[in-house]
Amino acid sequence: MKIPSSFNRSLWVFHLNTGSCNGCEIEIVATITPRYDPERFGIRLVGSPKHADVLLVTGPVTKKMAPRVRRVFEQVPDPKVVMCIGTCGQSGGVFYDSYNLDGPIDQVIPVDVYVPGCPPRPEAIVFGVVKALQKLERLEAEQ
Amino acid sequence: MIETLPALLAGAVLVAAFSIIIGLLLMGFDRIVAARMQARIGPPLTQPFTDVRKLLAKENVVPENAIPWLFNLAPIIALASAITILFYLPIGGFAPVLSGGGDLILVMYLLTLPALALVAGGFASGSPYATVGAQREMVTMIAYEFPLAIVVVAIAWRLAAAGISLPFSLATIGANPVWGLVGPLGAIGLLILLIVLLIVTPAELSRVPFDTPEAETELAGGILVEYSGKNLALFSLTQGVKTVAMASLVVALFFPYRLAAIAGISGFVGAVVDLLFYILLITLVAFISVSVIRVSMARFRINQVVSVYWIYLAIAGLAGLLLVMVDQIMGVV
Repeated sequence: MKIPSSFNRSLWVFHLNTGSCNGCEIEIVATITPRYDPERFGIRLVGSPKHADVLLVTGPVTKKMAPRVRRVFEQVPDPKVVMCIGTCGQSGGVFYDSYNLDGPIDQVIPVDVYVPGCPPRPEAIVFGVVKALQKLERLEAEQ
Repeated sequence: MIETLPALLAGAVLVAAFSIIIGLLLMGFDRIVAARMQARIGPPLTQPFTDVRKLLAKENVVPENAIPWLFNLAPIIALASAITILFYLPIGGFAPVLSGGGDLILVMYLLTLPALALVAGGFASGSPYATVGAQREMVTMIAYEFPLAIVVVAIAWRLAAAGISLPFSLATIGANPVWGLVGPLGAIGLLILLIVLLIVTPAELSRVPFDTPEAETELAGGILVEYSGKNLALFSLTQGVKTVAMASLVVALFFPYRLAAIAGISGFVGAVVDLLFYILLITLVAFISVSVIRVSMARFRINQVVSVYWIYLAIAGLAGLLLVMVDQIMGVV
């Protein structure tokens, strides 16, 4: 799908918890505080996946959450970006090899950008967004 | 009143384009000043334009258990009816496109149309969140109609009591600024009515603290929860146009002054001065009744919305009306 030039200056973010311990959530909330002010770049937190451009996924994806993660991913209209926040989503973290996991996240849905950390600092999340923007610009140049 | 059909169409297109552009700029202005009040830098002024351009390019999802024709029709009706309101309101020094065709009563009815379209769209989404949002929107509508009617009736009554014919016509209100008719007591009454109207405005626009129908944090976007892409873009255009319409109504009722007429400028320069003065006034109204209120308050619960409007604002409005009436009677005696 064609990426419009206005896309990376108006990223609307939807946050999905797939069984996270709430550490990453608190850091995501810290990222949207006035100190970092992502609204400068048009980034906004929205309440519905239908409005979203970016899916922020946290947590190691428990067995019960896997179908819901797929559903939410399908509900985000194209074009979309998926960001995996925290170590849990990448490897399972402290829950590695646990019997009740279907994750990590990239086993369930495709991921564009990984932000490691347990939990990652707001600076790391902002850096992840910058990486996502760079990837979008590269895709835009390629099409 | 514009006589010929081509001129009418040209006027309609101009007003539509003007209201959409000014509406989006007002939304951008609101986001910047809200950000500054929260010690942030905020987005650029043109951010709403970027958002709309992005939404227009995105996929348009129609949910499986929605009613597709109603779901897709609602945003178009909402935008069209919001623009129609502005056909009856004076913009700057220009007479309304459809002046003579309708008065304040019609404007009051037209103001409910975008909200009704939203409700229809919400029910047609087939989502429980949207249904709850639509029910809340209806309750909010019923709640704010009463104080709004008090304000409109009070002004029309004062004009009628001064022996002016056609008190509900916007041309009459524009020609006779109501502040010039009243004494000190009536001016206090009018000030109360103005404050009531400024507090009705955020509910009309579903902004904080009266955004219970949308309620991002509890209803995940409420009425708009299932809307995406093109339809969501149309709704955000509607939001901008409605802001212009409500601010224009406040300006038309309480500040129908023309700078050019006061300063004695005429011709083309006068028209430009009038238009800029009008844009300044609606920006000021939007700043007070949207930005300041929204930054300084949290959201009301739906039952609190009803009691705020039906009890507190209705009492305030009636007190304002009473003061205007007492002022008129004392003036006659």
